Amino acid sequence: MKTRNFLLPVATAGVLALTLSACGGGGGGSSSGGSDAASQGLDGRGPITYVQGKDNSNVVRPLIEKWNAAHPNEKVTFKEQTDQADQQHDDLVQHFQAKDAGYDVASVDVVWTAEFAAKGWLQPLKDKMALDTSAMLKPTVVAASYKNTLYAAPESSDGGILYYRKDLVPTPPKTWDEMMSMCSIAKANNMGCYSGQFKKYEGLTVNASEAINSAGGAVLDADGKPSLLTPEAKAGMANLAKAYADGSIPKEAITFQEEESRQAFQDGKLLFLRNWPYVYNLATTEGSSKVKDVLGMTALPGKDGPGASSLGGHSAAISVYSKNKATALDFLKFLTTEETQKFFATQGSLAPVLGALYEDKDLVAKLPYLPVLKTSIENAVPRPVTPFYPAVTKAIQENAYSAIKGEKTVDAALSDMQKSIESASAGQ
Amino acid sequence: MTAATTAATELRAEQDRGRKTAQNREKWAQGRTYISAVVILIWCLAPAYWMVVTAFRDVGYTYDTSILPTHVTLDNFKTAFDTSFGNHFGQALLNSLFIGSVVTVVSLLIGVFAAYALARLNFKFKYLVLGFILGASMFPGVALITPLFQLFTNIGWMGTYQALIIPNISFVLPLTVYTMTSFFREMPWELEESARVDGCTQGQAFRKVIMPLAAPAIFTTAILAFISSWNEFLIASQLSSDATQPVTVAIASFAGAQPNQIPYTAIMAAGTIVTIPLVILVLVFQRKIVAGLTAGAVK
Amino acid sequence: MATEVGPTSVKAPASGGAPIHHAPKGVGEDNRIATQGRWAAWLLAPTILALSVVIVYPIITAIVMSFQKDAGLDPATGLFVEGGPAGFSNYYNWIFQQCPAPSGGTVDCPPGTLGAQFWSATATTFFFTIVTVALETVLGFWMAVIMARAFRGRSLVRAAVLVPWAIPTAVTAKLWLFIFAFEGIGNKLFNTSILWTGSEWPARWAVIIADVWKTTPFMALLILAGLQMIPAEVYEAAKVDGASAWQRFRMITLPLVKPALMVAILFRTLDALRMFDLPYILTGGANNTTTLSILVINQIRQGFNAAAALSTITFIIIFLVAFIFVRFLGANVVEQQTGAGKGKK
Repeated sequence: MKTRNFLLPVATAGVLALTLSACGGGGGGSSSGGSDAASQGLDGRGPITYVQGKDNSNVVRPLIEKWNAAHPNEKVTFKEQTDQADQQHDDLVQHFQAKDAGYDVASVDVVWTAEFAAKGWLQPLKDKMALDTSAMLKPTVVAASYKNTLYAAPESSDGGILYYRKDLVPTPPKTWDEMMSMCSIAKANNMGCYSGQFKKYEGLTVNASEAINSAGGAVLDADGKPSLLTPEAKAGMANLAKAYADGSIPKEAITFQEEESRQAFQDGKLLFLRNWPYVYNLATTEGSSKVKDVLGMTALPGKDGPGASSLGGHSAAISVYSKNKATALDFLKFLTTEETQKFFATQGSLAPVLGALYEDKDLVAKLPYLPVLKTSIENAVPRPVTPFYPAVTKAIQENAYSAIKGEKTVDAALSDMQKSIESASAGQ
Repeated sequence: MTAATTAATELRAEQDRGRKTAQNREKWAQGRTYISAVVILIWCLAPAYWMVVTAFRDVGYTYDTSILPTHVTLDNFKTAFDTSFGNHFGQALLNSLFIGSVVTVVSLLIGVFAAYALARLNFKFKYLVLGFILGASMFPGVALITPLFQLFTNIGWMGTYQALIIPNISFVLPLTVYTMTSFFREMPWELEESARVDGCTQGQAFRKVIMPLAAPAIFTTAILAFISSWNEFLIASQLSSDATQPVTVAIASFAGAQPNQIPYTAIMAAGTIVTIPLVILVLVFQRKIVAGLTAGAVK
Repeated sequence: MATEVGPTSVKAPASGGAPIHHAPKGVGEDNRIATQGRWAAWLLAPTILALSVVIVYPIITAIVMSFQKDAGLDPATGLFVEGGPAGFSNYYNWIFQQCPAPSGGTVDCPPGTLGAQFWSATATTFFFTIVTVALETVLGFWMAVIMARAFRGRSLVRAAVLVPWAIPTAVTAKLWLFIFAFEGIGNKLFNTSILWTGSEWPARWAVIIADVWKTTPFMALLILAGLQMIPAEVYEAAKVDGASAWQRFRMITLPLVKPALMVAILFRTLDALRMFDLPYILTGGANNTTTLSILVINQIRQGFNAAAALSTITFIIIFLVAFIFVRFLGANVVEQQTGAGKGKK
């Protein structure tokens, strides 16, 4: 009796919890349930929501205002995510998994496209939903496609640039070996020679892939299978490991993300720096910068010519769960017009996806790195396009980090990388 | 001089010496206390000092390592509160205060009930209940997000205040219940008994006699609860909307003017602003905590 | 003991509904205990409800998911398809560090997969827990003892101690990353050139220092509250009896503060076993600083069901630690608490 007395309210609580669990559904099990959704709402028009990470330089808001003024019945609401890529990714996954119709158009990092497409969350941009990509730089279109189908509209691009000291380097290096031969200049000036981003994070995947691609290798072959056991891949990885071992890459570089490496370069502690275009604006304007007037820019060094940059940037994708896909497609087209792309570039320093804009005189005057960046993006190789990207990037980071630090031979690191990627793609 | 006076003088000298040693020892102890206090202050405040100094530094000199403030500017604070770039920092501060207050009050209220039952009442399954409450703080927080997200989506709670408040209450409850239970154990319950002899019901005895005595413990627990809710980030980052996001999420979404740039100076400015209300809170309530605790000590 | 409640039968009908506010006085002992049971149930219900919705429900979901295979890729369509029931394979794969082989079946996880990191992450988690909780206990005790003394500026110290804890973890982690940068103030101040986040032991110490700095106030505050409950006369009496400072600490302070101390240590331990933000932001998990929670979140991005199994394993590990703690290490919080009001121990 006493037990019953005691248990009554507690049991009520328990029953409530169980009822809740009943409506929760199976949880995270993903499915290809998107295939039905992909044929629905194609003609739908009405208000939509555009989801993107932090709008750093206030470009999206004015654009949306402009759109809304012209389309009073199809207004776009801006949903801003945090500035952290990981959190943006997880937020999108949560919403797609819940089949949320509230996320109509999402800005997707180039490396997530394949994963989201394979999960059936992105509307294929074909047939009725087709988008003209002829004016766009080819690598940006490749990065927005999966299995030869376009799943997103390239929105902004990004590529690596080799910054160097104009005062110390008379002619910029074209190949990795040339650059390494110039390290004596760095030594004479008591500074580090070269650095990229070698902390164990996404930036290391970028740098390691660039090393492998620039030496003529590839992380994944055309079928998406790992191809790291080639002499080219080995040469690329060995370049980094050797440079770190002989001090051409300073020892602190394994703690560098973008900002730390930029700072070292701006302080005059590096001769060469691999980084993104944003460095140009800061290095030429920041009060503490010691390289304001001696900042040189060139394409990344490769084996015999320009190296292969990793591709950055975002694409705009339509959620299969959207109810207003016709409006969404119009909005995608709006994001890729020359006018919008120019606004992205001038206002937000975002690299355009339209090739023609790189020759635009006004733009080049404002953003002098554009010609170099065009070379970089034209030669860019998207980071591995695979639905298993989260596992692939971990495999690259883990093993490249060990190889650079010298804890593992280059051969062992590449073989472990190969096996890890094979295992990840083997599924369960 | 008589022997008596000599003895008296010696005794006095002896006492003087004794007092002096005692005084010296006292001084020495006091001195040690101050040295320790200074060490504690440095350990706790030095990194916070660096946060404040960085907060006042021009963004172009972010990595300046002069110990004293250089390139002082208020720009970072302006950036933090500037709403034109979509930072909702002011709103987020209010959200955090609101969420934190509700969480603290509600979790204390129901936590005190539970703690009272666990500390004072006889019933079966007590171990089970204690184990259950403790078990609730053992699951990795990161793994709670997905189920909660789906649950709140299903019942249409996404982006609401209650979607942030209820998880927070559950996170602080186990700690609240355990600390309150351990404090209740130490209470002089004889007073409750005598109040009941005087004709109070158990409930009245609890309210009128025990609660005032428990005030310091409750304040301590309240601070623990408030700060832990104030610090919560993981759940809020996924379940909040622009209108309800707390300050931790707002800070995480601080961005530099350039992509890839980490605006350390603005983040530190925001950190400084966020810390101030809590320090004020503690300073205001700390007199209460001390007074209450001392009163409680003199049983 | 509180649990020695004899079998009782309630004569009055067990009325549900609103809690009965005052039981009629002078009724028999049986009735009183029954009333207490009813009271306890109503008093506990809100707590149990709140925990059920937010914690128990996700745990059950996770356990159900952990017996499902993760979605696999259909090579023909390039789309993910449901994996189907998995039995215990998710658990087996973690514990024996097995990964799927390209040719089917499983192989030992190659370095670079998350599966290969299970045992090292477990060891790292325990290492961090033991070191940080030990340091925090000692430092927290010391701080509490100082703060309990009467001296000018005491309120300043008490407020200052809470500052590290009041700064949100998101900021703390960035702050320490900034301090521990190679060109940061840490190296500058001590004139060193340590790769704080780039080599094994400095990376571990960086995480430990940041964590101890952040969470010692929690310990100190709880211990302080415990200290304040010790009547001053007890110390006076001990002094008169000629007890040395160390004896007073060992014989009086420690035993009397033990309940509060044990609660603090227990909760810090449970928290430390789930440590996530600091190592994640400071080192990204490099140089042997990957904890189980970091492994869980990395795995969530690669496959939910395997992540659910890992969460459940983590849950079981923490449960075992708490059990051992409560059972064998004299930290019998439960025991002490049920002895409520009946004199100490």
